Amino acid sequence: MNSMVQVKQSDAEGAAPGLGVKPKVIARDVNVFYGDKHALKGVNLDVPARAVTALIGPSGCGKSTFLRCINRMNDTIPICRVTGKIEIDERDIYDPTLDVVQLRARVGMVFQKPNPFPKSIYENVAYGPRIHGFAKTKAELDEIVAGSLRKAGLFEEVKDRLQESGTGLSGGQQQRLCIARAIAVNPEVILMDEPCSALDPIATAKIEELMDELRENFTIIIVTHSMQQAARVSERTAFFHLGYLVEEGRTEEMFTKPKDQRTQDYITGRFG
Amino acid sequence: MVYLYLAGLFVLVAVGYLFGRARAKAAADTEALHSRPPYHGAFVGLSIIAPMLLLLVIGLPIADRMIVNQALQTFDPTVMSDDLRRGVALRDITALATGKYTGEPTLALRQAADTYASLRAWTYNLILAGGLVVGLLGAAFGFRSLSASFRARNHVERAVKILLLAAASVAVLTTIGIVFSVLFETVRFFERVSPFEFLFGLQWSPQTAIRADQAGSSGAFGIVPLVTGTLLITGIAILIAGPIGLFAAIYMAEYATPRFRAFAKPILEILAGIPTVVLGFFAALTLAPIIRETGESMGLNVASESALAAGIVMGMMIIPFVSSLSDDVINAVPQSLRDGSYAMGATRSETVKKVILPAAFSGIVSAMMLAISRAVGETMIVVMAAGLAGNLTFNPLAAVTTFTVQIKTILVGDQEFDSAKTLAAFALGFVLFFFTLTLNIIAMQIVKRYREQYD
Repeated sequence: MNSMVQVKQSDAEGAAPGLGVKPKVIARDVNVFYGDKHALKGVNLDVPARAVTALIGPSGCGKSTFLRCINRMNDTIPICRVTGKIEIDERDIYDPTLDVVQLRARVGMVFQKPNPFPKSIYENVAYGPRIHGFAKTKAELDEIVAGSLRKAGLFEEVKDRLQESGTGLSGGQQQRLCIARAIAVNPEVILMDEPCSALDPIATAKIEELMDELRENFTIIIVTHSMQQAARVSERTAFFHLGYLVEEGRTEEMFTKPKDQRTQDYITGRFG
Repeated sequence: MVYLYLAGLFVLVAVGYLFGRARAKAAADTEALHSRPPYHGAFVGLSIIAPMLLLLVIGLPIADRMIVNQALQTFDPTVMSDDLRRGVALRDITALATGKYTGEPTLALRQAADTYASLRAWTYNLILAGGLVVGLLGAAFGFRSLSASFRARNHVERAVKILLLAAASVAVLTTIGIVFSVLFETVRFFERVSPFEFLFGLQWSPQTAIRADQAGSSGAFGIVPLVTGTLLITGIAILIAGPIGLFAAIYMAEYATPRFRAFAKPILEILAGIPTVVLGFFAALTLAPIIRETGESMGLNVASESALAAGIVMGMMIIPFVSSLSDDVINAVPQSLRDGSYAMGATRSETVKKVILPAAFSGIVSAMMLAISRAVGETMIVVMAAGLAGNLTFNPLAAVTTFTVQIKTILVGDQEFDSAKTLAAFALGFVLFFFTLTLNIIAMQIVKRYREQYD
């Protein structure tokens, strides 16, 4: 129905991948408050394992807020309060006995603006493995770093300058470095908050290709403003509007047969 | 006279501004202006200010000099050549001319005073008249320049630039002036005492005989004891202020709730506002006895004025410098780096240690360097708490002395400005200046080197 949006056909065929078995992430009646502001209202969402789920919606609709609930990054904001339940592998992540540090090792995050640490490329990737003690020897660490960079499709470009500063890379390379940094701790879920919004189209295409490869091993949840991107990379899409989750389903269906009028208006570009 | 001149200047400028603006506004009805009317007004104002100020700044000193020379003509010519007698005569003349002279003036003096008074009145009137003339000429020039296409804005912009340049030059020239005046006196000092003895001598005892017939020590000007004393006290101070200030800054920036921060930060900054003389008697009267008693109870020999007491209190003094500046640089580390680290599952202290401190390193180093410069230059606390004895020691429990204390001690009281003792103060000042300059250069190098890496 919208010629601008090209739906990824191959993965959209058949049953929704991963779903129907056991969802990786389950959100039930999630509400988020920033002080008095009710930012997220009663969100229920199941996220399938080893697939890409896109969160779309106009600015300020709560999609990033929801994303940041999944690794409890909202904890770093003093005025933020979260109610409801989010489970990963049927374990409540807001359980007071759960260690948020361990949670974040399992749920990696890539941010809107590439934010490599002001350290060498090697040290950037080695950061997570070091603090979690994943490598016993230097050789093991080298292997983790090289493997992560390879998975992030950056190894060939930087293998000769691993000791140079990560901030000296181009924007697209920096973002892939951040992805390498995130996957170095071997997380199960990777959250991406508009990972391509600061990048040019070529760098964006590379990141999208990368997501296509990463879906085999990781559960990916991506917030994006680009509906084309959501259509290109995701199996499932959730549409947020004014703090509500309006509609979610297989990406193909969302972009061809949306059930809700608001979804239809948004994806056809009538507002947003 | 000057006030009258400036008042006239102000009136002329105000009138010129209003007329210039009005004229531009009138012209705007028929033609498109290049510059907006206030700029035309400002241009006229500037064409009045510039020549009038120039006349005042150049004319007044010349006039004064002329008057003085004329007035002194009535005296014996030898008066003119002797600086001291000339100064006395001049003081008498002005006193008599303004009616403050006590006693019976001599004939020559009365004549001189009359010449002085009449010449003064005459030249001042001349300057006033001259000012009016150049002001009006300037105004005329300004008005004639005005037209719709006149680029008044560009001229005003240039005048602003000149004004700002002048302000910057004053700051720079003052620094250069001070350095050179200290340098010249230092050279005079080195004519009496060899630089080698000064820099490497192990004895500091600046007492010299002031008069030829006076019995006194010949003086020893070796600064090594002062260097060790200064380094000892500064070292103690930074050992205390460095960790405490930095940790306080980390707590304030990374851990404290906004409410606690809003309450605690101003209190910490009050510490910076305590006058050093208050800190000084706190060190001398409160802390030093405690240290001595504690030391004696442990069987140590503690001087009543000790480097430790001065160093501790000086450390307290510079805590706010370290913490406030470090707090600023830590806050300047982008939030995205913290988010990145937390999202990797790092704890707060891991994030501080591995991401924030490295990123803020250059700023923290410069904060420390600034604090050290402050400590090295600090006088009051050490005067009161560290003593005057130039002991060559690294024992923190002994009395030591510093550059600043010696400068102060040498220059207090009546002094003769050509004795080695007095001139030594300038040499000490020069070394102190050189020391802090070196410190600042090192700090800048560190900042530069690491800024390239962390940005």
